Amino acid sequence: MKRGSIWAWLWVVLGAIYFFLPLYATFDFSLRLKRGVLSFAAYENVFNDARFVESFTFSLQMALWTILVSLILIVPTAYWVHLRLPKVRPFVELITLMPFVIPAVVLTFGFIQVYSKSTTFFGIALPSILSLDFFTLPGLMQVRDFVSSRTPITLAFPIILIAGYTVLSFPYMYRAVDTGLRAMDVRTLTEAAESLGANTPSILWYVIFPNLRAALLSGAFLTIAIVVGEFTLASLLVWPAFGPYIQLIGANRAYEPAALSVISFGLTWATLGLLQLFTRGQQGQIAGAR
Amino acid sequence: MTHTDSTGTPPAPPKTSSSLWAWLGLVPFFLFAIAFLLLPSLSIFINSFQAKNGSFTFKNILDLSEPFIRNAYWNSISISLVTAIGGGIFGFFLAYAVTLGGLPKFVRPFITTFSGVASNFAGVPLAFAFISTLGRAGMVTVLLRDTFNFNIYDAGFNLYSFWGLSLVYMYFQFPLMLLIMTPALDGLRREWREAAENLGANSFQYWRYIAMPILLPSLLGSMILLFGNSFGAYATAYALTSGGAINLVTNVIGAQISGDVLNNQGLGYALALGMVVIMSLSLIGYSWLQRQTERWIR
Repeated sequence: MKRGSIWAWLWVVLGAIYFFLPLYATFDFSLRLKRGVLSFAAYENVFNDARFVESFTFSLQMALWTILVSLILIVPTAYWVHLRLPKVRPFVELITLMPFVIPAVVLTFGFIQVYSKSTTFFGIALPSILSLDFFTLPGLMQVRDFVSSRTPITLAFPIILIAGYTVLSFPYMYRAVDTGLRAMDVRTLTEAAESLGANTPSILWYVIFPNLRAALLSGAFLTIAIVVGEFTLASLLVWPAFGPYIQLIGANRAYEPAALSVISFGLTWATLGLLQLFTRGQQGQIAGAR
Repeated sequence: MTHTDSTGTPPAPPKTSSSLWAWLGLVPFFLFAIAFLLLPSLSIFINSFQAKNGSFTFKNILDLSEPFIRNAYWNSISISLVTAIGGGIFGFFLAYAVTLGGLPKFVRPFITTFSGVASNFAGVPLAFAFISTLGRAGMVTVLLRDTFNFNIYDAGFNLYSFWGLSLVYMYFQFPLMLLIMTPALDGLRREWREAAENLGANSFQYWRYIAMPILLPSLLGSMILLFGNSFGAYATAYALTSGGAINLVTNVIGAQISGDVLNNQGLGYALALGMVVIMSLSLIGYSWLQRQTERWIR
């Protein structure tokens, strides 16, 4: 296998260059804010920018809400399908794969079309969900809307944004949960719990959730990786999230965007590194549309 | 208590009395899917066939043949094809190298982990990473100019062009290919190669007549996924070209959402509908190829 090995090394080295060169260049570039010396000044600027902290916190909150909604929707459904309705499994799976058919831009377009107008539903006038603001969260009220530079405003609770992120998280979450459910004997566990007098919610909470811990963690980390830097939905629905913030800085500054890129790469690395740690050997494949 | 040793899901016992009740368990999920998948898609579909006054029309669909729109589709489709094929081939060779290339053991987890990260590292930060590398003041550009007196921009390279964007897309395309192809390559059984060699086949013949026919469906299927992966991409191109030096369908839709750039609401919806149709066709192709693969690789 000598000859094969040389070719293999060539591909690996090429791949490694492709991986690392942009990262190295970005890091190098991010240190050159001060002429002639290498410094972390760009990073200081970034961390001292209130908008960085605000937009990042906002996106993190969105990620947590998305995980919550996604779990509440996916886990009971996947469990139920496994246990009672195996014949609808392909259909449920198809629905969770829809984000691969409907690009995020198109999804947003549809959201705006359906939910931005006040509609009448069987004669009852409903306000648009996009402008609902009676769900305000304390944490969100401080967020400055830098996108349209209206200074401190009260923000509505971003229902549509979270719903959109939940849709985007479906493929990863469903796959993780489905794999987790296949790995355990759902029927026996359920029957055992039922014979001890448990009802369905307690079975889900005390039996299924704990057994799915690794799968759920992997789905959750992937969701964080996707949501925190997400740009398309956040920018088109005009929310002051981390993705639009990076874009805004990129349009106005030279070195800070490089620093932000390094930070956000570190974040992706950290979330996916944690994912590998928690799910050692369980998830063969991290990303990908399957 | 007896229980059959089943790892999969045995068919549910017939419980006719509670079957309607069983369906109720799926209501929350389906309600969500209707509200946030079906209704938005349906609204785009309906609006594509509506004129300004609300009457039915095919005009929006026919208007997709306008030069500007045709150009956007052409760019989106060609960049997706280029990066799917390019990223597919490179990713396949890399997957081959880490699975069957006879490399030391530590290389594989290293490359796979990094691919997992890289395939998720897209969007705005990725665009800035490449601007720092190959932009006009990027590290590689400056290095080549100062040490070799070679200006890549004078030589015709431009990061903010079609090929530049393709290069950027490749960063998340080939790692994805690697992640999808490694299980398929692992599925090639050693007995097949030994059997072929016993019958006198050389390495080329083994690949030409045994391995390639088995791998081809998953190879093509993965490339279709890569195609969809870049066809729907919006943020990377937006950040790289600040909104639209390269005319892509996603960017036109984005601009149409922010303000009616096409001066025709209906055309915007038809544009979006066209994207969904292309994506659906590619997913159908993918699942067909997936079934072909499963006959051999389990």
